[in-house]
Amino acid sequence: MAYKVEKASEIAENIFEYWINAPHVSKNAQAGQFVVIRIDEKGERIPLTISAAKGDLVRIVFMGVGKTTKYLSTLKSGDYVLDIAGPLGHPSEIKKWGNCVLIGGGVGIACLPILAKALKSAGNHVTGIIGSRNEKLLLLEDELKEDCDELVICTDDGSKGFHGFPADILKKKLEETNIDCVWIIGPAIMMKITSMATIPSKTKTFVSLNPIMVDGTGMCGSCRVTIGGETKFACVDGPEFDAHLVDWDELMSRQRIYPAQEKESLENFQEHQCRCGEHHHE
Amino acid sequence: MSKRDVKERIQDFLEVDEGISENNAVLEATRCMECVRPNCVKGCPVNIDIPGFISAVAEKNFRKAADIIKSDNMLPAICGRVCPQENQCEGKCVLGVKEKPVRIGALERFVADWERKNGIQKPDIAKPTGKRVAVVGSGPAGITAAAELARSGHSVTIFESLHAPGGVLTYGIPSFRLPKEIVKAEIDEVLSLGVELKLNHIVGRSIPVDDLLSYDAVFLGTGAGLPSFMGIEGENLNGVYSANEFLTRVNLMHADSFPDYDTPVLRGGKVAVVGGGNVAMDSARVARRMGAEVFLIYRRREEDLPAREAEIANAVEEGINFYCCANPTRIIGGPAVTGIECVKMNMKSPDESGRPQPVPIEGEEAKFIIEADVVIEAIGQSPNPLLISLIDALKKGERGNVIVDENGMTSIPHVFAGGDIATGAATVIEAMGTAKKATAAINEILK
Ligand SMILES: Cc1cc2nc3c(=O)[nH]c(=O)nc-3n(C[C@H](O)[C@H](O)[C@H](O)COP(=O)(O)OP(=O)(O)OC[C@H]3O[C@@H](n4cnc5c(N)ncnc54)[C@H](O)[C@@H]3O)c2cc1C
Ligand SMILES: Cc1cc2nc3c(=O)[nH]c(=O)nc-3n(C[C@H](O)[C@H](O)[C@H](O)COP(=O)(O)OP(=O)(O)OC[C@H]3O[C@@H](n4cnc5c(N)ncnc54)[C@H](O)[C@@H]3O)c2cc1C
Ligand code: FES
Repeated sequence: MAYKVEKASEIAENIFEYWINAPHVSKNAQAGQFVVIRIDEKGERIPLTISAAKGDLVRIVFMGVGKTTKYLSTLKSGDYVLDIAGPLGHPSEIKKWGNCVLIGGGVGIACLPILAKALKSAGNHVTGIIGSRNEKLLLLEDELKEDCDELVICTDDGSKGFHGFPADILKKKLEETNIDCVWIIGPAIMMKITSMATIPSKTKTFVSLNPIMVDGTGMCGSCRVTIGGETKFACVDGPEFDAHLVDWDELMSRQRIYPAQEKESLENFQEHQCRCGEHHHE
Repeated sequence: MSKRDVKERIQDFLEVDEGISENNAVLEATRCMECVRPNCVKGCPVNIDIPGFISAVAEKNFRKAADIIKSDNMLPAICGRVCPQENQCEGKCVLGVKEKPVRIGALERFVADWERKNGIQKPDIAKPTGKRVAVVGSGPAGITAAAELARSGHSVTIFESLHAPGGVLTYGIPSFRLPKEIVKAEIDEVLSLGVELKLNHIVGRSIPVDDLLSYDAVFLGTGAGLPSFMGIEGENLNGVYSANEFLTRVNLMHADSFPDYDTPVLRGGKVAVVGGGNVAMDSARVARRMGAEVFLIYRRREEDLPAREAEIANAVEEGINFYCCANPTRIIGGPAVTGIECVKMNMKSPDESGRPQPVPIEGEEAKFIIEADVVIEAIGQSPNPLLISLIDALKKGERGNVIVDENGMTSIPHVFAGGDIATGAATVIEAMGTAKKATAAINEILK
C-alpha cells in the first residue's frame, strides 16, 4: 500500500507543499494534528503537521532541512510515499475563546490555515501574524488573508510587511486590545521567545512542540517533554501545550541528540544524488 | 539444540539457537513418558495436546504433529522460540524431577519449522456468515483472533497503527531470538485466510470510535505499549531510551544498518540497561551486537531475574555484565548522559509474588556510579491508553487495562479484548490464549 502525491509544488524557497491521497487521514483530520510519513522501505518515520484536508487529500508543507525532508522534496506529482499514518495527536482546543491571535514562524506558518478556519467557524475573531527571515520564505499569505479576519506580515529583514518579529506585533496587540487566546507555531526558539510576551498578562498561549519522534503513537517515549515539571509524550499528550509550562531548554537540547548522524545521512544522500546526477548527463 | 558460537553471533542479528535436527527431535520425543494425566498440558496456557504431538514426532509423522499443535496454537514457530517453557509445560514435566524435562519447546519449534519448509496446510474455512468483525492491533492477540474469526467465516479487518504488522513480535523481540521471516510467514498464513490488513490506521484517530463500534463485533488487541520510566533525576538527558524506543529503532527501523537505513540510534561505548525481564535482556543483547560494553542493573538477586532462563544464559555468554541487587537513583550528565548512580539493595522477606522485597541500603558507601553514554530503561510497559481512553463506555482497571469477563467480553457487549491490553504485560502464549477465548465468545454472539 502506498500513497500518491497528487500535487507537489515548491511554494517558497526550499519549502514544499504536497497534497497526498490518504482518505483515512484527510477524512478525520482536525486542526493541531499531524501525520507520520515514511518515504520508502529504508526511510525514517518523520512527523509533519496537517496543514489542510480536502476530500481524500491531506496537505503537508515542509522545509528541506535534512536527508528525509530533502529526499521528500525530490518527489514529483504522481509519485508515492510508502506510509502515511494519522491523524495523530490531540486536536487543538477549538471553542469560542473570543479574540484569538495565531502566530506562525517560518515553515510553522503552514499550520495556521486549518486552525484559523476551525477557530473562525467556532465564532472567534482571528488575527494572523506570520513571520519569516525574508520575503522569499513567506508562504500561504493569500490563503491566510481569507482565513483570518486580519493578517499581519513580518520579515526579519523588512523585505516585506513589518520590519521585525511577530513578537513585536503581539506585544502591541496585547496593549491595544483584549486577547483571549494565542497560538504560536514555529521553531522552538521562536516559540520560546514569542510566548514570553504573554506571561505578564497570563494570556492563554498554546505552542506546538516538535521533539524527535519515532512512532508518533505513544509507544516509545522519544518525544518526551517536560510540562510544568511533569514528563509528557508530545505525540499523544500534545503536540500542543501551554507555552508557559514548557521546559524549553530541555526541548531544544533533545532536538539535538543526533547531529553527527544527521550530517552523515545528509552527506551520504547528497553524494549519492550527485553520482546519480552525473549518470544522467552521460 | 545447537547455539552459534558467541564470538560470531555477537557480530550479527542472525538467530542464536539453530534448533534441533530431525534425528535429535525423534530421539528427544521418545523420552516422553506419555503420562495418562499429563502435567505438561496443564502447564500450557492453551492446553496443547503435548504427549499427542510428541508421540507423532516419535513416529516421524510430522504433519500429524503439526496438525495437533495447530488445533490449539496458531503460531507454534513463534511460541516454540519465545515461550517461557521452564515455567509452563517443561516446568511441569515429570522427567524434570529426576533428570531433564522433555524439551517440549524445541520439539514444538522443530515441528513448526518442518511444516513451514514442507508446505503449510490451509485450514477449512466455514461458509461466509456476512458478519463484519474489526480486530485492532496485529500483535499475537490480534493475529490469533483474526485467524480464528476468519476460519469461522466472518469478514475480518485488522487495523494496525504501525507500518508493519506483528506488534512486539516485530518491533520488540530481536531477530536473533525470533527471525522476522518467521513472523512474516505466520502472519501471511493468517492473511491467506482472507483477512484484510490495514496498516497506518490508528483506531480512534484514522478510524473514529463510532465507525469501530459499528462493526458486528470488535476485538481489541492493542497491547501494553506504554513504556514506564523510573521517575528519577536525569531521565530526559540525551542518550536515555525506553527499551521500546531503543528496540523499535533497531528492530523496526533497522538503525543497526544506519546510514543505509535512515533512522539513527546512539550505539554507545558503554550502555547501562535497567531491568531484569525479557525486555531488558533483549535491549542488552542488541546493544552488545552494536559493539557496546553492556551493564545490566537489576534490583533483586540473579536467581530472581524474570527473563526466560535460556536468554539469561545467552546474555551471560555474550558478556553482559550483571549488577544485581542494585537500583538506579539518578542519571548523570548534561546534555548527554555520562553515567548512572545506583544504590545497593538489601533483600527483605518475600512479597506476594514470592520474590524478596528489595530495599535500598542507607549511607553513601552503598552508592556507586557506572559510567555510561547510553541508558536503557526496561522496567515495564502498561496497557496502551490511546484507543481505550477514547471509548467512554469501556470499563478500565486500576492498572489501565481493559476489564473483561471470563470470555473476554468488555463492558460493551459486542466489544471483546485479549492479550496485554486486558491482562497487562504478559506473554505471547497468554495473548493467544485470551484471544482464542474471546473469539469463541464472539462466534456465540454472532450466531
Ligand atoms: C509534531 C511535529 C510536527 C512537525 N511539522 C512539521 C511541518 O509541518 N513542516 C516541517 O517542515 N517540519 C515539521 N516538523 C519537523 C520535521 O519532522 C523535521 O524537520 C524532520 O523530521 C527532519 O528530518 P530530516 O531527515 O529532513 O532532517 P534531519 O537532518 O534528520 O534533522 C534535522 C532536525 O529535525 C529534527 N528531527 C529529525 N528527525 C526527526 C524526527 N523523526 N521527528 C521530529 N523531528 C526530527 C531534529 O531536531 C533535527 O535536528 C514537525 C515535527 C513535529 C514533532
Ligand atoms: C522486548 C520484549 C520481549 C519480549 N519477550 C517475550 C518472550 O520472550 N516470551 C513471551 O512470551 N513474551 C515476551 N514478551 C511479551 C509479549 O511480546 C507480549 O505479551 C505480547 O506481544 C502481547 O501481545 P498483544 O497482541 O496483546 O500486544 P502487542 O504485541 O503489543 O501488539 C499490539 C499491537 O496493537 C497496535 N495498536 C495499539 N493501539 C492501536 C490502535 N489504536 N490502532 C491500531 N493499532 C494499535 C500496536 O501498534 C501493536 O502492533 C516480550 C515483550 C517485549 C516488549
Ligand atoms: S514518538 Fe514515540 S511515544 Fe511519542
